[in-house]
Amino acid sequence: MVATPRAGAPSGRRAASPGRRSWTGWRFVGPFMAVFALVFLAPIAYSIYLSLFRTQLIGGTTFVGADNYVKALGDPQFWSAFGRVALFLVVQVPIMLFLALLVALAIDSGRLYGASFFRISVFLPYAVPAVVAALMWGFMYGTRFGLIGNLNDALGVSLPDPLSSDLILASIGNIVTWEFVGYNMLILYSALRVVNPSLYEAAEMDGAGQLRIVWAIKLPALRGALLIATIFSIIGSFQLFNEPAILRDLAPNAITTYFTPNYYAYSLSFRGQQFNYSATVAIVMGVITMVIAYVVQLRGMRKGA
Amino acid sequence: MTTTRRHALLLGAALSVSLFATACGSSGGTGSGTAAATQSASADDLQAALDAGGSITVWAWEPTLKQVVADFQTKYPKVKVNLVNAGTGNDQYTALQNAVKAGSGLPDVAQIEYYALPQFALGKAVTDLTAFGADKLDGTFTPGPWNSVHSGGGIYGLPMDSGPMALFYNKDVFDKHKIEVPKTWEEYIAAAKKLHEADPKAYITNDVGDAGFTTSMIWQAGGKPYKVDGTKVGIDFGDAGTQKFTAAWQQLVSGKLVAPVASWSDAWYKGLGDGTIATLVIGAWMPANLETGVKAGAGKWRVAPMPQWESGGKATSENGGSSLAIPEGAADKKLAYAFLKYANVDEGVQARVDGGAFPATTAQLNAPEFTDKKFPYFGDQQVNQVLAESAGQVVSGWSYLPYQVYANSVFNDTVGKAYISGTTLQDGLKAWQDASVKYGQEQGFTMQ
Repeated sequence: MVATPRAGAPSGRRAASPGRRSWTGWRFVGPFMAVFALVFLAPIAYSIYLSLFRTQLIGGTTFVGADNYVKALGDPQFWSAFGRVALFLVVQVPIMLFLALLVALAIDSGRLYGASFFRISVFLPYAVPAVVAALMWGFMYGTRFGLIGNLNDALGVSLPDPLSSDLILASIGNIVTWEFVGYNMLILYSALRVVNPSLYEAAEMDGAGQLRIVWAIKLPALRGALLIATIFSIIGSFQLFNEPAILRDLAPNAITTYFTPNYYAYSLSFRGQQFNYSATVAIVMGVITMVIAYVVQLRGMRKGA
Repeated sequence: MTTTRRHALLLGAALSVSLFATACGSSGGTGSGTAAATQSASADDLQAALDAGGSITVWAWEPTLKQVVADFQTKYPKVKVNLVNAGTGNDQYTALQNAVKAGSGLPDVAQIEYYALPQFALGKAVTDLTAFGADKLDGTFTPGPWNSVHSGGGIYGLPMDSGPMALFYNKDVFDKHKIEVPKTWEEYIAAAKKLHEADPKAYITNDVGDAGFTTSMIWQAGGKPYKVDGTKVGIDFGDAGTQKFTAAWQQLVSGKLVAPVASWSDAWYKGLGDGTIATLVIGAWMPANLETGVKAGAGKWRVAPMPQWESGGKATSENGGSSLAIPEGAADKKLAYAFLKYANVDEGVQARVDGGAFPATTAQLNAPEFTDKKFPYFGDQQVNQVLAESAGQVVSGWSYLPYQVYANSVFNDTVGKAYISGTTLQDGLKAWQDASVKYGQEQGFTMQ
């Protein structure tokens, strides 16, 4: 009752002087907008600006319009890099999310002995910096000095070389899965925690078993969280960089300079000084990632409705 | 026979020096009339800079520089030198190019290998040292390295070391399996087979595809795949010299007779110490690296002349070797040049030689205390005699691309395939050639 006149007052003032605008709101969002423009919009704008030029060792910088984009769209090295991360995406992401789902359901079931220890140990790899993780796995993968080498020596066998060109992508998938199962588990587990326990009680009273509860209650409740985890994983896959960059020292012939789109962009600018073309590749890849993530989100939401 | 070859080499060297002199002459500024005045002025300037003091940052991975920095700071207590290892070779160039592009975080002095210097010079990323008096240093350095720091009439670095190639071998391993030290590449391949049969864990050498090694090997075999004339560039890996190399080396790669271990990796150092990598055909700067990096190999290693393509031949090539250069954006160039001169021309050279480095200065190379020095690490062998001899036998006429850093960075994309699949080295080199030509065209060079 008290609120009514107060709420009415500003609207009355606004009606009285329609020419004046209140800047109070802008003052609140101003700091955010400034930082957002500086660290988010400015780099994108600069990359787009860069991508419109060409700098040569002989001849200097010239404006070339969309030439770099035409070149990128017809660049076999770029598309082979894209194909590789796409393959990585369709194989590694489902495996990782399925494992994360299993772990989340297991912890949430309440039937696990030492659940909190289990939860923290599954999550722990995520706390290891990606570079350290790649180095660590690189040492384990070594057939001459690492874990594989020791196993070969101790057991007298000859395991396949995880750093060979046939297996390197799978080996990287293994590292990424190890790193991110815990992270995705946490997203899914927290979604499970907000399910009202009375639903489970009601289901049990109706005679539903655990599997039925999972199928009918938990999985539908997880749909939103799974969608988020999927979108994060798509973006992560397309941005694959650390692992190939670190492992390249150990497998220089298996990991090319255009192994993933990000690594290709890196090689272009820092090995070949082709900053303009590198910016173009980064923008093209960014747009592709956005489109795919958006399509997945749209489909996910339609199903959810 | 030998003397005529040497004479021919000297003649060639003299010719190329005079060609450079002509090039310098056309751009002006090297007239002898003004020389004395400029030199004294700049020497005073350098002394003033040293007296005033300050702080400079040096990016280098050469191990013997540490001592030079310590000595330098003792002599000039007001100067503080930060010696930073920003990575070896390509890693450091990446960092340097980033710093140049960003215009900040630049070192005042950077170690740059001879093959990479033309690219930095062309991109105006390093300073022309002519203005500091570098043009007065003719005759100070051996012709090969001295030519390598010249580019388009300017002098873009001072030679720090040189890398005439030799065969470094683990004598213990050779004795154990009763293998003769190979004098020709044919014998080398035979030794590789014999060693690997006797001990399946041991390899004659390591190789996973190394651009520097491959180009040096082609150089020794008489190949001249790169033809560079200003901005006109020709690339052809189909010549006889290249094919001589690929035919021989293909046998080692196909036969899995080379250890699949990357040079400078942990596994590599380990292999050099435990005898599983038995030889290295590498530049004369290697002794210092072995002494500091492979302690387990002390007393086991020896140095022999580089294996030859023809029995009784005397041809070698350069492998690596670096200069010290001053980035264009360096804060204190006078002080930086004073350090360069100290490290590569004056007292610093002797300190580095004492530490096991292989100099590029004629005075040190010809000094008896250098050639007669006994190396305990190499079983008291007078290593420098072998290496200095190799320095005089380098095949002339080789040149690198003006964008060799980039070319080397895609070596493993192309030639690397020969090490992991059925592709041959010759096909790999063709693919490397195509990639290099494409880049050259994109960068505005006239490709021939």
